[in-house]
Amino acid sequence: MNMIEAINSAMDVMLDRDKKTVILGEDVGYFGGVFRATAGLQEKHGKQRVFDTPISECGIIGVAVGMSAYGLRPIPEIQFADYIYPGLDQLVSEAARMRYRSANDFICPITVRTPFGGGIFGGQTHSQSPESLFTHVCGIKTVIPATPYDAKGLLIAAIEDNDPVVFFEPKRIYNGPFSGYYDRPVEPWSKRPESEVPEGYYRIELGKARTVREGQDLTILCYGTMVHVVEAVVANMQIDADIVDLRTLMPLDINAIEASVKKTGRCMIVHEATRTSGFGAELAALVQERCFYHLEAPIERVTGFDTPYPHSLEWAYFPGPVRIGTAIEKIMKV
Amino acid sequence: MSNKENLSRRPNRPKLELYVPEPKFRPGDEADFSDIKVPEIGEAKRPPESSAPADIGHLTSQLIRVLDFDGHAKGEWDPKLPAGKLREMMHHMLKVRAFDDRMFRAQRQGKTSFYMKCLGEEATSIAPAMALEPDDMCFPSYRQQGILIARGYPILNMMNQIYSNSADHLLGRQLPIMYSAPEYGFFSVSGNLATQYPQAVGYAMASAASQDSKIAAVWCGEGSTAEGDFHSAMTFAAVYNAPVIMNVVNNQWAISSFHGFAGGERATFAARAAGYGIAGLRVDGNDPLAVYAATQWAADRARSNNGPTLIEHFTYRAEGHSTSDDPSAYRSKNEAAAWPFGDPVERLKQHLILLGEWSEAQHNELADMLMAEVKATQKEAEKNGILGHGMHQPFETMFEDVFEEMPWHLKEQCEQALAEKESKFSTKLKADGKGA
Repeated sequence: MNMIEAINSAMDVMLDRDKKTVILGEDVGYFGGVFRATAGLQEKHGKQRVFDTPISECGIIGVAVGMSAYGLRPIPEIQFADYIYPGLDQLVSEAARMRYRSANDFICPITVRTPFGGGIFGGQTHSQSPESLFTHVCGIKTVIPATPYDAKGLLIAAIEDNDPVVFFEPKRIYNGPFSGYYDRPVEPWSKRPESEVPEGYYRIELGKARTVREGQDLTILCYGTMVHVVEAVVANMQIDADIVDLRTLMPLDINAIEASVKKTGRCMIVHEATRTSGFGAELAALVQERCFYHLEAPIERVTGFDTPYPHSLEWAYFPGPVRIGTAIEKIMKV
Repeated sequence: MSNKENLSRRPNRPKLELYVPEPKFRPGDEADFSDIKVPEIGEAKRPPESSAPADIGHLTSQLIRVLDFDGHAKGEWDPKLPAGKLREMMHHMLKVRAFDDRMFRAQRQGKTSFYMKCLGEEATSIAPAMALEPDDMCFPSYRQQGILIARGYPILNMMNQIYSNSADHLLGRQLPIMYSAPEYGFFSVSGNLATQYPQAVGYAMASAASQDSKIAAVWCGEGSTAEGDFHSAMTFAAVYNAPVIMNVVNNQWAISSFHGFAGGERATFAARAAGYGIAGLRVDGNDPLAVYAATQWAADRARSNNGPTLIEHFTYRAEGHSTSDDPSAYRSKNEAAAWPFGDPVERLKQHLILLGEWSEAQHNELADMLMAEVKATQKEAEKNGILGHGMHQPFETMFEDVFEEMPWHLKEQCEQALAEKESKFSTKLKADGKGA
């Protein structure tokens, strides 16, 4: 399975297992979504459970909050993460705090699925990575898979979770991973071990990172598309790096981060989102607080630039092999 | 330099003017509402609940009224409630007034930070609560304390919430008056405006998708109809024919902004229903029987899969927006008194007296009894503490319920907070000469 099929399979499994599960969003019903993530689900599970919505993110998320108050478990889709802003108040001020403000009278077990990140020439309005907005909000879980296997297991765990989850899908690797060289995709998912996705139910606990590659010289913390770019870069360099795919930013697997950095003594953070106040800043602060005496070099951040995503120059914006490779060389020189 | 010259280079054309609405009366003016037409009872006919919205468009500009100012109930909308029900309605209204009065004073005495009265608007929440089924879910704004009182929620719980004390069901986390009571069909109140609108529609959609029979009702002020959430909710309600009643309490003022800033000068708020293909009713919000009848009509409509209804309650906010507001700074002093639709309690009282079911003496006796009950309950509540006097929830509850399970960073922060508390406490003991 590729990642989009794995995501489809996760929802199919959950629609079968729990009659309270419903899917709503623009184009998700008959058409199956612009990325085909919900293809066939309405046909199989019916229009009462998988249905199209008006183009209104505030409405989609607000209605999902109300549905969860009734007792359903909605999976709203926001077509692109860039469009989450009109629905932000419903997520941040309502869904995130429902449990807290009502002292458990009302909970909000919604899973907002949304494709994010660049690399598909989507321009400024189809390429953003707003994950750090959500990690700054108290009460929302933030999940980002990097492989089809993880996408299915994490999505099932997110749907079953009793807290609101924003599930960011790295759309650049929906159909297959890329090496990070824009014109050179690596082998398709079907030829990679990560593509072995069981048909049935399984879950991957939220809050547990994945060790992508074990190494002794350098820890690289990353998630989503960047996991594959980092992997490709490291494979082409003489470096024994420990690559940690965080998988969930909230809750964060601090133990895995600490263990790795204390082992290697060097820490690099790679994400696609803009640099300033990005999640990398939080990671750097945590590593500094907890691993300072183990560090052999200053922490390096490799990120997107602090500009909107430029359509024609996205290959230059994207943290690719040159930026990552240069940072690796720099940190290893210290 | 990218800012282009914006001034017109065509001086012969007439200059445009920006229109900024202004209320008719400001402090120092004598309010005069003689331009507001008070329609005759019976002018608005009662159509079948299954009517197509397009066929009943006139009800978005007329005003549904049942009680005349002498206390007669007339016309097709008269819900013909039995006397017992009318007395029950009166009981709830007087109880809300007593409650408002005591809690307003409690705020002025520094026992809590904030309170919001609903004086003059009681009918817009008590009558709908009585017309709905007890298990229908209400998504209130912050001025619908009448729903809880009409549904029999203990006012002791409300007061504990207002005081954020050790018995506060919401663990001292919410602003005063932002209650939550699922077992009374009362959704958690938000301070962000109109957010509950799409949520109520979602609840109603979920009920319909589950082939349940429960409906949802939601409230916002006329000012909040300007929020995007309102319009999203209207679209969703229309698209899915959701079994929901959407109440707009047009009390004329949104803090210091009059209804004109929500577009009220252009059209009635009920008229917004028409553009969405939703049934719209405009009702005299100071007429409890008209409000009851309109809600009943809309509830029957929703329950029989005929879809949503938007109800504009045309009323007046007789008090400030909240205890933090000073309405004398922006509106005419005599506005409330000059409001041409009177007071809902007085109008219901006249009606009951006219029916021979009530008297001034009974009225005063009930009002006194309820005030005594509220005062006694207030004393009980204050035994559990008042805001900022130490009798709050255990410290660690601050960190609970952010997530279902507490993650590591909150555990660490909780330990830090407890250590800070310990440290402050020991410092105080030392300062008092009692510490080690």
